[in-house]
Amino acid sequence: MKERMVQLEVMRYNPEVDAEPHFQHYEVMCQEEWVVLDALNAIKESIDPTLSYRWSCHMAVCGSCGMMINGEPKLSCHAFLRHYEGVIRVEPLANFPIERDLVTVADDFMDKLKRVKPYLIPKDEKSLEQGEYKQTPAQLMKYRQFSMCINCMLCYAACPEYALQPQFIGPAAITLAHRYNQDSRDGGRLARQEVIATNEGVWECSFVGACSEVCPKAVDPAGALQQVKVASTLDWFKEHLIPGGEPK
Amino acid sequence: MSRKPFVRPVSKTGWYFKHPRYLRYMSREVTCIFIGALALLMVVALERLSQGPAVFDSFLAALTGPWSTLGLLLILVFAVHNATSWFNVTPKALPVQLGEEFLAGKYIVGAHYVVWGLTTLAVLWFAGVV
Repeated sequence: MKERMVQLEVMRYNPEVDAEPHFQHYEVMCQEEWVVLDALNAIKESIDPTLSYRWSCHMAVCGSCGMMINGEPKLSCHAFLRHYEGVIRVEPLANFPIERDLVTVADDFMDKLKRVKPYLIPKDEKSLEQGEYKQTPAQLMKYRQFSMCINCMLCYAACPEYALQPQFIGPAAITLAHRYNQDSRDGGRLARQEVIATNEGVWECSFVGACSEVCPKAVDPAGALQQVKVASTLDWFKEHLIPGGEPK
Repeated sequence: MSRKPFVRPVSKTGWYFKHPRYLRYMSREVTCIFIGALALLMVVALERLSQGPAVFDSFLAALTGPWSTLGLLLILVFAVHNATSWFNVTPKALPVQLGEEFLAGKYIVGAHYVVWGLTTLAVLWFAGVV
Protein backbone atom coordinates (compact mmCIF):
# COMPACT_ATOMS: atom_id res chain seq x y z
CA MET A 1 0.00 0.00 0.00
CA LYS A 2 1.47 3.36 -1.09
CA GLU A 3 2.28 5.80 1.71
CA ARG A 4 3.60 9.36 1.80
CA MET A 5 4.51 11.91 4.44
CA VAL A 6 1.87 14.65 4.54
CA GLN A 7 2.38 18.06 6.12
CA LEU A 8 -0.56 19.86 7.66
CA GLU A 9 -0.90 23.30 9.21
CA VAL A 10 -3.84 23.06 11.56
CA MET A 11 -5.48 26.01 13.27
CA ARG A 12 -5.47 25.54 17.04
CA TYR A 13 -7.41 27.48 19.65
CA ASN A 14 -7.69 26.59 23.31
CA PRO A 15 -10.16 29.02 24.93
CA GLU A 16 -8.65 28.37 28.36
CA VAL A 17 -5.16 29.43 27.34
CA ASP A 18 -5.10 31.24 23.97
CA ALA A 19 -6.07 34.86 23.31
CA GLU A 20 -6.42 34.04 19.61
CA PRO A 21 -5.96 31.05 17.26
CA HIS A 22 -2.57 30.03 15.88
CA PHE A 23 -1.32 27.40 13.44
CA GLN A 24 0.42 24.18 14.45
CA HIS A 25 2.53 22.18 12.00
CA TYR A 26 2.20 18.38 11.81
CA GLU A 27 3.88 15.75 9.67
CA VAL A 28 2.06 12.44 9.46
CA MET A 29 2.52 9.29 7.37
CA CYS A 30 -0.62 8.78 5.27
CA GLN A 31 -1.86 6.18 2.84
CA GLU A 32 -2.50 7.22 -0.75
CA GLU A 33 -6.29 6.79 -0.56
CA TRP A 34 -6.74 8.72 2.68
CA VAL A 35 -8.76 11.88 3.08
CA VAL A 36 -7.90 14.89 5.25
CA LEU A 37 -10.09 13.49 8.03
CA ASP A 38 -7.95 10.32 8.09
CA ALA A 39 -4.82 12.45 8.46
CA LEU A 40 -6.42 14.33 11.38
CA ASN A 41 -7.42 11.02 12.99
CA ALA A 42 -3.82 9.77 12.59
CA ILE A 43 -2.52 12.95 14.26
CA LYS A 44 -5.00 12.58 17.12
CA GLU A 45 -4.18 8.88 17.62
CA SER A 46 -0.39 9.02 17.40
CA ILE A 47 0.88 12.61 17.71
CA ASP A 48 -1.46 14.98 19.52
CA PRO A 49 -4.56 13.66 21.38
CA THR A 50 -5.62 17.22 22.30
CA LEU A 51 -6.62 18.12 18.73
CA SER A 52 -10.41 18.74 18.60
CA TYR A 53 -12.67 18.43 15.56
CA ARG A 54 -16.11 17.06 14.72
CA TRP A 55 -16.78 14.02 12.58
CA SER A 56 -19.07 11.03 12.53
CA CYS A 57 -19.94 9.05 9.40
CA HIS A 58 -16.80 9.40 7.23
CA MET A 59 -18.99 9.11 4.11
CA ALA A 60 -20.34 12.61 3.34
CA VAL A 61 -23.72 11.94 4.91
CA CYS A 62 -23.69 13.35 8.45
CA GLY A 63 -22.37 16.80 7.50
CA SER A 64 -20.35 17.28 10.68
CA CYS A 65 -16.73 17.35 9.41
CA GLY A 66 -16.87 20.61 7.41
CA MET A 67 -13.60 22.60 7.53
CA MET A 68 -11.66 25.14 5.50
CA ILE A 69 -9.05 23.15 3.57
CA ASN A 70 -6.58 25.42 1.80
CA GLY A 71 -9.15 28.20 2.17
CA GLU A 72 -12.01 26.25 0.59
CA PRO A 73 -15.03 24.96 2.57
CA LYS A 74 -14.90 21.14 2.29
CA LEU A 75 -16.10 18.03 4.05
CA SER A 76 -12.81 16.67 5.39
CA CYS A 77 -14.06 13.12 4.74
CA HIS A 78 -14.45 14.04 1.08
CA ALA A 79 -11.13 15.86 0.60
CA PHE A 80 -8.64 13.33 -0.78
CA LEU A 81 -5.00 13.91 0.17
CA ARG A 82 -3.89 12.95 -3.36
CA HIS A 83 -5.56 16.13 -4.65
CA TYR A 84 -3.27 18.34 -2.56
CA GLU A 85 0.41 19.17 -2.87
CA GLY A 86 2.69 20.74 -0.28
CA VAL A 87 1.46 21.84 3.11
CA ILE A 88 -2.31 21.45 3.60
CA ARG A 89 -3.80 24.26 5.67
CA VAL A 90 -6.80 23.19 7.79
CA GLU A 91 -8.97 25.79 9.55
CA PRO A 92 -12.40 25.75 11.20
CA LEU A 93 -15.35 26.64 8.93
CA ALA A 94 -15.21 30.34 8.09
CA ASN A 95 -17.92 32.76 9.29
CA PHE A 96 -18.61 30.81 12.50
CA PRO A 97 -17.07 31.51 15.92
CA ILE A 98 -14.38 29.00 16.96
CA GLU A 99 -15.27 26.93 20.03
CA ARG A 100 -11.96 25.05 20.13
CA ASP A 101 -9.41 24.07 17.44
CA LEU A 102 -11.49 23.02 14.40
CA VAL A 103 -14.81 22.96 16.26
CA THR A 104 -17.13 25.89 15.49
CA VAL A 105 -20.19 27.25 17.27
CA ALA A 106 -23.21 26.27 15.17
CA ASP A 107 -25.91 27.83 17.41
CA ASP A 108 -26.73 30.64 14.97
CA PHE A 109 -27.42 28.19 12.12
CA MET A 110 -29.48 25.92 14.39
CA ASP A 111 -31.64 28.87 15.53
CA LYS A 112 -32.21 29.98 11.93
CA LEU A 113 -33.05 26.45 10.87
CA LYS A 114 -35.79 26.30 13.53
CA ARG A 115 -37.18 29.69 12.45
CA VAL A 116 -37.93 28.54 8.89
CA LYS A 117 -40.11 25.61 10.09
CA PRO A 118 -38.21 22.89 8.18
CA TYR A 119 -40.87 20.25 8.44
CA LEU A 120 -44.06 19.27 6.68
CA ILE A 121 -47.09 21.32 7.72
CA PRO A 122 -49.89 19.27 6.10
CA LYS A 123 -52.24 21.19 3.81
CA ASP A 124 -55.09 18.94 4.85
CA GLU A 125 -54.83 17.19 8.20
CA LYS A 126 -55.60 13.49 7.87
CA SER A 127 -56.28 10.91 10.51
CA LEU A 128 -54.25 7.69 10.50
CA GLU A 129 -57.32 5.83 9.20
CA GLN A 130 -57.44 8.11 6.14
CA GLY A 131 -54.06 6.82 5.02
CA GLU A 132 -50.82 8.36 3.82
CA TYR A 133 -50.21 11.64 1.99
CA LYS A 134 -49.63 10.51 -1.59
CA GLN A 135 -47.41 12.18 -4.15
CA THR A 136 -46.58 11.57 -7.81
CA PRO A 137 -42.93 11.15 -8.96
CA ALA A 138 -43.19 14.52 -10.75
CA GLN A 139 -44.33 16.22 -7.51
CA LEU A 140 -41.39 14.61 -5.72
CA MET A 141 -38.89 15.79 -8.34
CA LYS A 142 -40.02 19.40 -7.82
CA TYR A 143 -38.23 19.52 -4.44
CA ARG A 144 -36.04 16.38 -4.35
CA GLN A 145 -32.77 18.20 -5.09
CA PHE A 146 -33.34 20.60 -2.18
CA SER A 147 -34.06 17.73 0.21
CA MET A 148 -30.49 16.43 -0.20
CA CYS A 149 -29.04 19.05 2.20
CA ILE A 150 -27.03 17.51 5.04
CA ASN A 151 -26.76 20.75 7.07
CA CYS A 152 -22.96 20.75 6.76
CA MET A 153 -22.87 24.59 6.72
CA LEU A 154 -20.24 24.76 3.95
CA CYS A 155 -22.56 27.16 2.13
CA TYR A 156 -22.50 29.56 5.09
CA ALA A 157 -18.70 29.39 5.18
CA ALA A 158 -18.58 30.33 1.47
CA CYS A 159 -21.21 33.09 1.62
CA PRO A 160 -19.73 36.60 1.85
CA GLU A 161 -23.19 38.03 2.58
CA TYR A 162 -23.42 35.90 5.73
CA ALA A 163 -19.88 36.97 6.68
CA LEU A 164 -20.79 40.66 6.36
CA GLN A 165 -24.42 40.49 7.55
CA PRO A 166 -24.68 37.70 10.16
CA GLN A 167 -28.43 38.34 10.56
CA PHE A 168 -28.90 36.83 7.03
CA ILE A 169 -30.98 33.63 7.41
CA GLY A 170 -28.56 32.11 4.91
CA PRO A 171 -28.45 29.55 2.09
CA ALA A 172 -29.17 26.18 3.73
CA ALA A 173 -32.05 27.33 5.96
CA ILE A 174 -33.82 29.19 3.13
CA THR A 175 -33.24 26.26 0.78
CA LEU A 176 -34.86 23.92 3.28
CA ALA A 177 -37.83 26.29 3.62
CA HIS A 178 -38.11 26.28 -0.19
CA ARG A 179 -37.94 22.47 -0.18
CA TYR A 180 -41.09 22.31 1.99
CA ASN A 181 -42.78 25.17 0.12
CA GLN A 182 -42.37 23.14 -3.09
CA ASP A 183 -43.86 20.01 -1.54
CA SER A 184 -47.38 19.28 -2.85
CA ARG A 185 -48.41 17.95 0.60
CA ASP A 186 -47.36 21.10 2.45
CA GLY A 187 -49.50 24.08 3.46
CA GLY A 188 -47.02 26.08 5.52
CA ARG A 189 -45.67 28.49 2.89
CA LEU A 190 -47.29 31.64 4.30
CA ALA A 191 -45.76 31.01 7.73
CA ARG A 192 -42.30 30.45 6.21
CA GLN A 193 -42.60 33.50 3.93
CA GLU A 194 -42.80 35.68 7.05
CA VAL A 195 -39.24 34.57 7.80
CA ILE A 196 -37.62 34.09 4.40
CA ALA A 197 -39.26 36.77 2.19
CA THR A 198 -37.73 39.54 4.28
CA ASN A 199 -34.64 41.75 4.33
CA GLU A 200 -32.91 39.19 6.56
CA GLY A 201 -34.10 36.44 4.24
CA VAL A 202 -33.72 36.16 0.47
CA TRP A 203 -33.39 39.91 -0.07
CA GLU A 204 -30.05 39.88 1.75
CA CYS A 205 -28.76 37.49 -0.95
CA SER A 206 -27.00 39.23 -3.84
CA PHE A 207 -26.48 36.00 -5.80
CA VAL A 208 -22.74 35.50 -5.43
CA GLY A 209 -23.42 31.81 -6.10
CA ALA A 210 -20.56 30.57 -3.88
CA CYS A 211 -22.99 28.41 -1.83
CA SER A 212 -23.82 26.26 -4.85
CA GLU A 213 -20.16 25.97 -5.89
CA VAL A 214 -19.09 24.48 -2.53
CA CYS A 215 -22.18 22.35 -1.81
CA PRO A 216 -21.00 18.70 -1.52
CA LYS A 217 -24.47 17.33 -2.34
CA ALA A 218 -25.24 19.50 -5.42
CA VAL A 219 -28.28 20.97 -3.67
CA ASP A 220 -27.85 24.34 -5.47
CA PRO A 221 -28.89 26.69 -2.65
CA ALA A 222 -28.30 29.71 -4.90
CA GLY A 223 -30.95 28.35 -7.25
CA ALA A 224 -33.41 27.84 -4.39
CA LEU A 225 -32.91 31.41 -3.14
CA GLN A 226 -33.44 32.93 -6.60
CA GLN A 227 -36.63 30.86 -6.99
CA VAL A 228 -37.87 32.19 -3.64
CA LYS A 229 -37.13 35.72 -4.87
CA VAL A 230 -39.15 35.15 -8.07
CA ALA A 231 -42.08 33.61 -6.13
CA SER A 232 -42.04 36.43 -3.53
CA THR A 233 -41.99 39.07 -6.27
CA LEU A 234 -44.97 37.43 -7.96
CA ASP A 235 -46.74 37.41 -4.56
CA TRP A 236 -46.16 41.18 -4.30
CA PHE A 237 -47.55 41.87 -7.78
CA LYS A 238 -50.59 39.66 -7.17
CA GLU A 239 -51.26 41.32 -3.83
CA HIS A 240 -50.95 44.89 -5.15
CA LEU A 241 -52.32 44.61 -8.69
CA ILE A 242 -55.01 41.92 -8.53
CA PRO A 243 -58.07 42.44 -6.30
CA GLY A 244 -58.21 39.56 -3.83
CA GLY A 245 -54.77 38.39 -4.99
CA GLU A 246 -53.27 38.08 -1.53
CA PRO A 247 -51.30 34.85 -1.14
CA LYS A 248 -53.35 32.18 0.60
CA MET B 1 -15.20 25.08 32.08
CA SER B 2 -16.16 28.47 30.66
CA ARG B 3 -16.77 29.05 26.96
CA LYS B 4 -14.87 31.75 25.10
CA PRO B 5 -15.70 31.41 21.39
CA PHE B 6 -13.30 33.31 19.14
CA VAL B 7 -14.84 35.41 16.37
CA ARG B 8 -12.51 35.91 13.41
CA PRO B 9 -12.48 39.44 11.98
CA VAL B 10 -14.02 39.98 8.54
CA SER B 11 -12.68 42.65 6.18
CA LYS B 12 -15.59 44.86 5.09
CA THR B 13 -13.67 46.23 2.11
CA GLY B 14 -11.21 43.62 0.86
CA TRP B 15 -13.20 40.38 1.20
CA TYR B 16 -13.62 39.96 -2.56
CA PHE B 17 -9.87 39.48 -3.00
CA LYS B 18 -10.01 36.31 -0.91
CA HIS B 19 -11.25 34.04 -3.71
CA PRO B 20 -11.52 34.23 -7.54
CA ARG B 21 -15.27 33.48 -7.31
CA TYR B 22 -15.79 36.64 -5.26
CA LEU B 23 -13.83 38.69 -7.82
CA ARG B 24 -15.96 37.18 -10.58
CA TYR B 25 -19.07 38.26 -8.67
CA MET B 26 -17.70 41.79 -8.18
CA SER B 27 -16.84 42.04 -11.88
CA ARG B 28 -20.53 41.46 -12.62
CA GLU B 29 -21.72 43.91 -9.95
CA VAL B 30 -19.30 46.69 -10.97
CA THR B 31 -20.74 46.67 -14.49
CA CYS B 32 -23.89 48.29 -13.09
CA ILE B 33 -21.93 51.58 -12.83
CA PHE B 34 -21.51 51.56 -16.62
CA ILE B 35 -25.16 50.55 -17.16
CA GLY B 36 -26.09 53.49 -14.90
CA ALA B 37 -23.85 55.80 -16.96
CA LEU B 38 -25.63 54.67 -20.15
CA ALA B 39 -29.03 55.30 -18.54
CA LEU B 40 -27.91 58.82 -17.58
CA LEU B 41 -26.67 59.42 -21.13
CA MET B 42 -30.09 58.39 -22.45
CA VAL B 43 -31.81 60.85 -20.09
CA VAL B 44 -29.51 63.64 -21.30
CA ALA B 45 -30.18 62.59 -24.91
CA LEU B 46 -33.95 62.90 -24.32
CA GLU B 47 -33.49 66.31 -22.76
CA ARG B 48 -31.41 67.49 -25.76
CA LEU B 49 -34.01 66.05 -28.15
CA SER B 50 -36.72 68.09 -26.43
CA GLN B 51 -34.67 71.23 -27.13
CA GLY B 52 -34.94 70.82 -30.89
CA PRO B 53 -33.11 69.21 -33.82
CA ALA B 54 -30.13 71.60 -33.82
CA VAL B 55 -29.32 70.95 -30.13
CA PHE B 56 -29.76 67.21 -30.60
CA ASP B 57 -27.49 67.13 -33.68
CA SER B 58 -24.72 68.94 -31.82
CA PHE B 59 -25.16 66.47 -28.92
CA LEU B 60 -24.76 63.57 -31.37
CA ALA B 61 -21.72 65.23 -32.93
CA ALA B 62 -20.14 65.53 -29.47
CA LEU B 63 -20.57 61.79 -29.00
CA THR B 64 -18.43 61.03 -32.06
CA GLY B 65 -15.25 62.44 -30.47
CA PRO B 66 -12.46 59.98 -29.53
CA TRP B 67 -13.11 60.13 -25.76
CA SER B 68 -16.86 59.70 -26.22
CA THR B 69 -16.28 56.78 -28.57
CA LEU B 70 -13.92 55.17 -26.05
CA GLY B 71 -16.47 55.71 -23.27
CA LEU B 72 -19.28 54.22 -25.37
CA LEU B 73 -17.11 51.22 -26.27
CA LEU B 74 -16.35 50.64 -22.59
CA ILE B 75 -20.07 50.86 -21.78
CA LEU B 76 -20.79 48.35 -24.55
CA VAL B 77 -18.18 45.87 -23.26
CA PHE B 78 -19.43 46.09 -19.67
CA ALA B 79 -23.10 45.98 -20.73
CA VAL B 80 -22.42 42.78 -22.69
CA HIS B 81 -20.58 41.30 -19.69
CA ASN B 82 -23.49 42.26 -17.42
CA ALA B 83 -26.09 40.78 -19.76
CA THR B 84 -24.24 37.52 -20.48
CA SER B 85 -23.33 36.87 -16.84
CA TRP B 86 -27.00 37.24 -15.88
CA PHE B 87 -28.22 35.16 -18.84
CA ASN B 88 -25.88 32.35 -17.84
CA VAL B 89 -27.42 32.01 -14.36
CA THR B 90 -31.09 32.20 -15.42
CA PRO B 91 -31.64 28.40 -15.23
CA LYS B 92 -31.16 28.67 -11.47
CA ALA B 93 -33.97 31.20 -11.07
CA LEU B 94 -36.28 29.87 -13.78
CA PRO B 95 -36.18 26.06 -13.84
CA VAL B 96 -38.62 24.49 -16.29
CA GLN B 97 -40.00 21.14 -15.12
CA LEU B 98 -41.32 18.77 -17.79
CA GLY B 99 -42.92 15.82 -16.01
CA GLU B 100 -40.22 14.16 -13.91
CA GLU B 101 -37.36 15.91 -15.73
CA PHE B 102 -36.06 19.45 -15.88
CA LEU B 103 -35.32 21.21 -19.17
CA ALA B 104 -31.53 21.46 -19.67
CA GLY B 105 -30.18 24.86 -18.64
CA LYS B 106 -28.63 25.48 -22.07
CA TYR B 107 -32.11 25.86 -23.61
CA ILE B 108 -33.15 28.46 -21.02
CA VAL B 109 -29.89 30.40 -21.48
CA GLY B 110 -30.15 30.00 -25.27
CA ALA B 111 -33.70 31.39 -25.29
CA HIS B 112 -32.41 34.56 -23.62
CA TYR B 113 -29.74 34.99 -26.30
CA VAL B 114 -32.34 34.46 -29.05
CA VAL B 115 -34.68 37.08 -27.55
CA TRP B 116 -31.69 39.43 -27.11
CA GLY B 117 -30.68 38.99 -30.76
CA LEU B 118 -34.24 39.52 -32.04
CA THR B 119 -34.72 42.62 -29.85
CA THR B 120 -31.42 44.07 -31.12
CA LEU B 121 -32.48 43.44 -34.72
CA ALA B 122 -35.87 45.09 -34.05
CA VAL B 123 -34.19 48.19 -32.55
CA LEU B 124 -31.77 48.41 -35.50
CA TRP B 125 -34.71 48.03 -37.90
CA PHE B 126 -36.64 50.86 -36.22
CA ALA B 127 -33.48 52.98 -36.34
CA GLY B 128 -33.22 52.31 -40.06
CA VAL B 129 -29.82 50.61 -39.80
CA VAL B 130 -30.95 47.24 -41.20
